[in-house]
Amino acid sequence: MQEVTIGIAGAAGDGLDKSGDTLARSCGRLGLHVYAYNCYQSIIRGGHIWLKVRIGAEKVYSHGDHLNVLIALNQDSIERHAGEVEKGGVVIFNSDKIKCEPTQVREGVKILGLPMSKVTADVVAEHGPLQAIMQNTVAIGAACFIGSIGLEEPTEVLTDTFGHKGQKIVDLNVGLLKAGYEFAKANVEPIHKDWKFSKKRRPFLTGNEAIAIGAYAAGCKFYSAYPMTPASTVLHWMASHAHKTGICVKQCEDELSVINMAIGAGIAGARSMCATAGGGFALMTEAVGMAGIMEVPVVCVEVQRGGPSTGLPTKTEQADLFQVYGASQGEFPRLIVAPKDIADCFHTTVESFNLADKYQLPVLLMSDLLLSEHPETVDPEVFTHDVKIDRGEMVHEWPEGKGKYKRFAFTESGISPRALPGTPNAAYVSATDDHDEESILISDMFTNQALRRKIMEKRNRKVENLLKELPAPVLEGPQDADVTLVCWGSSWGVMKEAAELLTAEGVKTNILNIKYIAPFHAKEVGEILSKAKKKISVEVNFTSQMARFIQMETGIKMDGHVNRYDGEPLEPKWIGDHVKRILAGKPLDLEVTEDEAKEIAYHWLRTHNGEKLRPVKVTRESANGHGEPTWNIEISERATGAAAARMKVGVSTGSTYSYEKLASEAK
Amino acid sequence: MATVIELPVELFKGPVDPDWCPGCGDFGVLNGVKQAAAKLGIKPENLLVVSGIGCSSNLPGFIHAYGIHSLHGRAVPVATGAHLANTDLKVIITGGDGDGYGIGVGHLLHAMRRNLNVTYLVMDNQIYGLTTGQTSPTTNLGQKTKSTPQGNIENPINPLALALTAGATFVARAFSGETKHLAETIAAAIEHKGFSLVDIFSPCVTYNKVNTYPFFKERVYKLEDENWDTSDFHKSMQKSFEWGDRIPLGVLYKADMPTYEDGENAFKKGALVKQSLKADKDVFQSVIDEMI
Repeated sequence: MQEVTIGIAGAAGDGLDKSGDTLARSCGRLGLHVYAYNCYQSIIRGGHIWLKVRIGAEKVYSHGDHLNVLIALNQDSIERHAGEVEKGGVVIFNSDKIKCEPTQVREGVKILGLPMSKVTADVVAEHGPLQAIMQNTVAIGAACFIGSIGLEEPTEVLTDTFGHKGQKIVDLNVGLLKAGYEFAKANVEPIHKDWKFSKKRRPFLTGNEAIAIGAYAAGCKFYSAYPMTPASTVLHWMASHAHKTGICVKQCEDELSVINMAIGAGIAGARSMCATAGGGFALMTEAVGMAGIMEVPVVCVEVQRGGPSTGLPTKTEQADLFQVYGASQGEFPRLIVAPKDIADCFHTTVESFNLADKYQLPVLLMSDLLLSEHPETVDPEVFTHDVKIDRGEMVHEWPEGKGKYKRFAFTESGISPRALPGTPNAAYVSATDDHDEESILISDMFTNQALRRKIMEKRNRKVENLLKELPAPVLEGPQDADVTLVCWGSSWGVMKEAAELLTAEGVKTNILNIKYIAPFHAKEVGEILSKAKKKISVEVNFTSQMARFIQMETGIKMDGHVNRYDGEPLEPKWIGDHVKRILAGKPLDLEVTEDEAKEIAYHWLRTHNGEKLRPVKVTRESANGHGEPTWNIEISERATGAAAARMKVGVSTGSTYSYEKLASEAK
Repeated sequence: MATVIELPVELFKGPVDPDWCPGCGDFGVLNGVKQAAAKLGIKPENLLVVSGIGCSSNLPGFIHAYGIHSLHGRAVPVATGAHLANTDLKVIITGGDGDGYGIGVGHLLHAMRRNLNVTYLVMDNQIYGLTTGQTSPTTNLGQKTKSTPQGNIENPINPLALALTAGATFVARAFSGETKHLAETIAAAIEHKGFSLVDIFSPCVTYNKVNTYPFFKERVYKLEDENWDTSDFHKSMQKSFEWGDRIPLGVLYKADMPTYEDGENAFKKGALVKQSLKADKDVFQSVIDEMI
């Protein structure tokens, strides 16, 4: 498949997300497919931001393993990423301020320095002075030429983006785009020339946006939240569209209030939702059980990020499975569902509202930072306002004299038809104490074992039909595979690519992605896995939570586990390499790599020396008296390139053993 | 304004009788709520009584109305959600001092500053009763309880001053030993547009041997008997600290201010539960087009 990956690197506040957006939307309008991932830090200005935009002629399922074009917005970005650009690729930067030496790139990579003041001179003469951030548009123009995207759609996107600021700003930006495009045209060759543009216009959006839009389509009327990365953008979408959607959007004082309000709204009969990250969900857990015992429909989105505690606020992880599965004391039915991609976020949210109503239970929708924040082009037909809305069994009126309305009637299905407050003659109390059919408390009775048994059985048998209604997971890929990779939630797309990569390399691979976690298709999963030749779980966590969960439910143990817990999302080649190692009988190898040794050095230097020094060369040493091989990192002065220091980092432990200043720096 | 049709108090008789200790102050409050609802003509189906956990939080089970008997400390957010979902319901929050001023005080502060149009009745017995007699946020300094056998070393919260600073627009105090005055105060609180807090002395006859019926009977007086000006914020603040030989009852402060509901766009088309669930086709298309 024809594809190109463009990376934009700089500091927070450099506006690179907007630049990436211009590029991605242009491709989305041309009919190309885009997957973008922004690797950022929890700071507003400074630091290092790394945005990868992968563009494909067909659907792309991850940010991939490749880099063809680098747009470096500062010197640091050249140092970090110029070496990643593959043969035939281009490094773009402002050569008035930034340098890129031929030694910093691989063979066959073109260095395209943009002499910014010269390139933009005509535009400035015509439209006036530039803000530093506008130089990004020049680089985007150059990338548009190199990627053969043309100028038409990018011009249109810039016009749409800046239209509200007036024609002058539009002209200025379009002028810069063209200047960059023409400069690149005069100096480099494009990477691809033969895209076929279907011009099918695809929306470019994140998982959080798809969840919010899904909630609107499903008739959500009440949304409560407390700001927390990576769930906050659901709140932002809800708040900024409330005037159009009519949804009551409530920012609360804490997450306790968030879920308790959502449950209160659910009792009163409004479709309600809330979203939070793992830490916020930890505060919500008591109320999840309240929704369980009161049988209240509510949708709670749990967006996982690196934990425990504050952990990695802007990094991804899948380590909250057990928290969500075990949330709240006691036993009650809950639906836990983990959508697999952005389109699925939309469908799953709609489905969650219907199932919450139908089975009168809390739905816990599990996402993660990668799924919630990465934008992707999605086929427009995925999104429709005309979705099925099923409120389940409701009691709209209860005639006087019909006898007492039983809110928790002991029915065969376990579902007791629900009357909403406001219905005459049907008054009842929703209670957190356990209760009988009429919702009279049995918590303090001496002693009514039968009623307690029967209400427990009634509540819990709701899941039998719920499970039947949910589609069971299926194997994807060759049925006679050598290895079955087991994953869950947002890993689906990258796992699909990894399986194709492995199969192409001769290791026939299929995947089993788990979407519905509770209730669980133990029988179907057990049957699939018992037939698999080799089973390896691939999870973005340390303890293989899904593999353990499957073992608990089916008794089947994986043959190996691949775990990633460094904050970054999975990549196809990374998965493939680790799977092959495990198949070769070797243990999972997560030792410090050469590039990672450099990152450790960057971190150490920033902490102890500011920005004066940088790591330049890394070599592996074995015999060294540290009980493990070490990375020997040579460090030089940024300004002069003079050798300044040397540090040693353990390959296995990552420990910084020594930092030795050389004579020149010691002065 | 529509004519109020009073309802019989018996209409509000609950499905089970209260199991509070004989003599508990909460009986008076339950009667007060029933009388106020009857007097104001609020039909049982339109009344939603929301509580947390505690002796007094069992109240929703003892009245004929819709109810939510929620989690300890969470009555206010649960009630807020239910109220915002269906603004046509009359929402009364009931609970104790531990529930409202202890574990749930964070929610209370924010509900008051939002000026939500709900009523909160706190049955303040200055002790944790259901858990058999530990110190509460309103227990007197020095008082011996199960958890403070040497005497309480923490200053009690002043609920009225707290409500005033937080922005409650109706702040009152009542006593379950003064049943008629109590019912009138509750009715006034319900009728008030905005957040109304009524702190009600509701003696615990089992675990609080200090703040008893005789203790209050000797001390309480009614602000309305002294032509109290309920519109003066600063004087009300000063008055809220009056404690000792004389303790004031009645409406301390009342202000006519915009409510949360006045500012929320979502209610322009009526109560949320009565609105169509179908997303608008054109609005939906516009939110998708934004992403292209």
